[in-house]
Amino acid sequence: MIPTFADYFAALPEILLLILASGILLVDLFLRPDQRNITYLLTQFALLLCAVVTVFTVQGRPVLAFNGLVVDDLFSDVLKVMVYLAVTVALVYVRSYNAARGLFSGEFFTLALFATLGMLVMISANHFLTLYIGLELLSLSLYAMVALQRDSARATEAAMKYFVLGALASGMLLYGMSMLYGATGSLELEAVSAALAGGLGSSNVLAFGLVFVVAGIAFKLGAAPFHMWVPDVYQGAPTSVTLFVGSAPKIAAFAFTLRLLVNGMEPLVADWQGMLLILAVASMVLGNLAAIAQTNLKRMLAYSTISHMGFVLLGVLAGSLNGYASAMFYVLVYVLTALAGFGVMLLLSREGFESEELEDLKGLNRRSPWFAFIMLLVMFSMAGVPPLAGFFAKLSVLQAALQQGLVWLVVVAVMMSLIGAFYYLRVVKLMYFDEPKETAEIAPLGDMRVMLSVNGAGLLLLGIAPQPLLTLCMVAISHSM
Amino acid sequence: MTMSQLPLLTLSIWVPIVFGLAVLAVGRDNAPGNARWLALIGALAGFAVTIPLMTGFDSASAALQFVEDSAWIPAFNIRYQLGVDGIAMPFVVLNSFMTIFVVVAAWEVVKSRVSQYLAAFLIMSGLINGVFAAADAILFYVFFEAMLIPMYIIIGVWGGPNRVYAAFKFFLYTLLGSLLTLVALIYLFYKSEGSFQIADFHVLPLSLHEQILIFLAFLMAFAVKVPMWPVHTWLPDAHVEAPTGGSVILAAITLKVGAYGFLRFALPIAPDASHELAGLIIAMSLIAVVYIGFVALVQADMKKLVAYSSIAHMGFVTLGFFLFEPLTVEGGIVQMISHGFVSGAMFLCIGVLYDRMHSRQIADYGGVVNRMPKFAALFLLFAMANAGLPATSGFVGEFMVILGAVKVNFWFAFAAATTLILGAAYTLWMYKRVVFGEVANSHVAELEDVNDREFLMLTALAVCVLAMGIWPAPVTDVLHASVDNLLHHVAQSKL
Repeated sequence: MIPTFADYFAALPEILLLILASGILLVDLFLRPDQRNITYLLTQFALLLCAVVTVFTVQGRPVLAFNGLVVDDLFSDVLKVMVYLAVTVALVYVRSYNAARGLFSGEFFTLALFATLGMLVMISANHFLTLYIGLELLSLSLYAMVALQRDSARATEAAMKYFVLGALASGMLLYGMSMLYGATGSLELEAVSAALAGGLGSSNVLAFGLVFVVAGIAFKLGAAPFHMWVPDVYQGAPTSVTLFVGSAPKIAAFAFTLRLLVNGMEPLVADWQGMLLILAVASMVLGNLAAIAQTNLKRMLAYSTISHMGFVLLGVLAGSLNGYASAMFYVLVYVLTALAGFGVMLLLSREGFESEELEDLKGLNRRSPWFAFIMLLVMFSMAGVPPLAGFFAKLSVLQAALQQGLVWLVVVAVMMSLIGAFYYLRVVKLMYFDEPKETAEIAPLGDMRVMLSVNGAGLLLLGIAPQPLLTLCMVAISHSM
Repeated sequence: MTMSQLPLLTLSIWVPIVFGLAVLAVGRDNAPGNARWLALIGALAGFAVTIPLMTGFDSASAALQFVEDSAWIPAFNIRYQLGVDGIAMPFVVLNSFMTIFVVVAAWEVVKSRVSQYLAAFLIMSGLINGVFAAADAILFYVFFEAMLIPMYIIIGVWGGPNRVYAAFKFFLYTLLGSLLTLVALIYLFYKSEGSFQIADFHVLPLSLHEQILIFLAFLMAFAVKVPMWPVHTWLPDAHVEAPTGGSVILAAITLKVGAYGFLRFALPIAPDASHELAGLIIAMSLIAVVYIGFVALVQADMKKLVAYSSIAHMGFVTLGFFLFEPLTVEGGIVQMISHGFVSGAMFLCIGVLYDRMHSRQIADYGGVVNRMPKFAALFLLFAMANAGLPATSGFVGEFMVILGAVKVNFWFAFAAATTLILGAAYTLWMYKRVVFGEVANSHVAELEDVNDREFLMLTALAVCVLAMGIWPAPVTDVLHASVDNLLHHVAQSKL
């Protein structure tokens, strides 16, 4: 069937971003190194343009395009806009850090744009193949970004681990998908779902397929016990890349999870619920306990990510619209929080000095009360203390899980967040109670200063008025799932 | 617009917070004067807006008054709903009142990061008012938890040598309890079919099994906050390491939040469980009164001694609550208010000594009266009030609780009454060792008597202590209707 205008219209943001990213790649070839700012501005402009297009092509009900390869629904539109936002903020933060390390290059920006494209494809995929293509586009761009600092042995090692483990996970995912295809006879999510709902009995192929797919998802989310790559990549990659890896791709991974499990395999909810339960508990326990032992801030945040992904899974495994919406809210809040946290780390780094040990935060309140306060907001938000956004994120997933009667699971979750509070408090302790070790002046660029302040204030604002974002998540989910 | 139309409770919460933020914004470390004056204005303004709460309060009614209600987070039906009854109103006033003393007490004493110090206290003052005024469970929880952040910073930044340990212990202990409470609140949310209003929880039928679990969750949070034996161990650490202002607010106000939680949540939401488990609470309370009284006796550190005495006094409060007699419950609340004045004053007195000598060890003192007669006189009054001397506020509550306890069980009353002996023993013995005798060493010989600022501060509290001791009726009148209503409610089974 020949694609119609409606097909192209549904995939307009992706098509546009592909054209712009390729264009920027070409333009960058003709720029001198000192003109790199042009690439930066063009990249930001491309993201803005895509955001505008995404907002203006919103269609009320889900529209399938290209014979069901992609879907354009409210869920994808909301998440896409959030991805643009996260990438934009990340690019603002990394500018001076990258410039000081020779990473302020055209490759970084084009890789970031192609990674973004991969995320968009994942978010609006409606087919095993599109899901896989989006995922690979994102992953390959990220592997390259991690390895971008050529002469850093640590970064190269991290990239290698990421690549090998990532390829393994992709393989598992594909294997699982092929089994599901064998069992249901379709690659399209809707058709798979319909076939499953029709009842296939307890087929072994189906069970194996589901296990492999869930394992692949857990790897991409970074949920225990498939979390091994997370601490190494977070620590080994340049902080600017860690910021990138730790923010927007989480949104895409969440969308990927929901597409596969809910759009594709909702009839099997009883089966994947049990698997996610184990993953969630393991992630919360392992993430929080291991984070206590870390002395490296990046590694600590990596383990904290693992525990947060456990909370996201808690929302997903509730298996209700309420649960999916609360997990979505949790992911968005988490990404916003992580951006600010890594932003402060980038702020403290300068030429020849990586601020990544916990010790480097010592006495930050003396050096810069305002940025110390932002980091304090980040930490208390991650710990889930009101009145910060993180509290309402936790509240919403906990209520979703409790609605399903999972009382003991909720108790485990709150006990784990108590343990988690310890290491977040330790960061606050270093900043506020200790004397500074470093005295170098903190003088960020104007745009970074503004963006970081807005980002930090946003955490407080979302804690005082979470309703708009909650509504957005609820509406997006209920119109699409 | 007349006074009664103003959103008084909103003002009592947000005026201190806004002033706190303003203090943060204008505060410069090289010009702390601005921050001090602005903070004082903020504290006075914060107190001023609570005065109409007192004057405009209708003591005959047990209903929530000065009610404000608007939607906050419709997704979970969380409302910005405020209101005070006779139990909550005195604490809003007390808290705003004590905040003034905290600001004044820090005047010349706190020298590092003055604006952050004062801002933390102002913000906390607003949050505590929010705890007492909230009529929505999540709103209560938000204020209850948010309080931890400034307190954590206060202990950790301006505290004593072991401040980091104390700050962590304080935070994690409190968080442990409150997280379980959160689970209980969400559970109640689903039981009540989508409401977080405390009033809806009060009338919600619950099985005994549910009630007991919910009661235990509340117990975890509020017992840690009170603190009750055996989860009291954070308090001596936090008190000793906190700066003077921190100790005052901890003892005078935040401990009351825990006891208040019992009255607002545990008793009315789980009345059958409360009756079922009353024996346990009474036993814990009596252990606190007797055992902790002995522990206080052997303390070598003045602040620790007062901290332990606080635990013993709060044991009295919880004992009063769980005897379910109008007299004992009112006695408990009166004791809470009185303890707010007395323990606050005791910590201020110790602060006066500490500012001069930089020691809290009883052994480092002796013969202070020779150098500081005015101070010694005021300190004596507060020590007597702490020991429960008639005609001071400390006597009223204890007497009411003991009187009511005799009616329930003679031996409860007997055990509780030992506090009069133990309290007198540890407080007066400490007073004797610190104040009386010959001048102990050259440092004591160099002491100067209280200055005008300190004198004013302590005298004002002395007036409160005496006034409440001689004429407690204004306070008890406010309580009557609300306490009767509460006990009436608690007497009805929810099964």
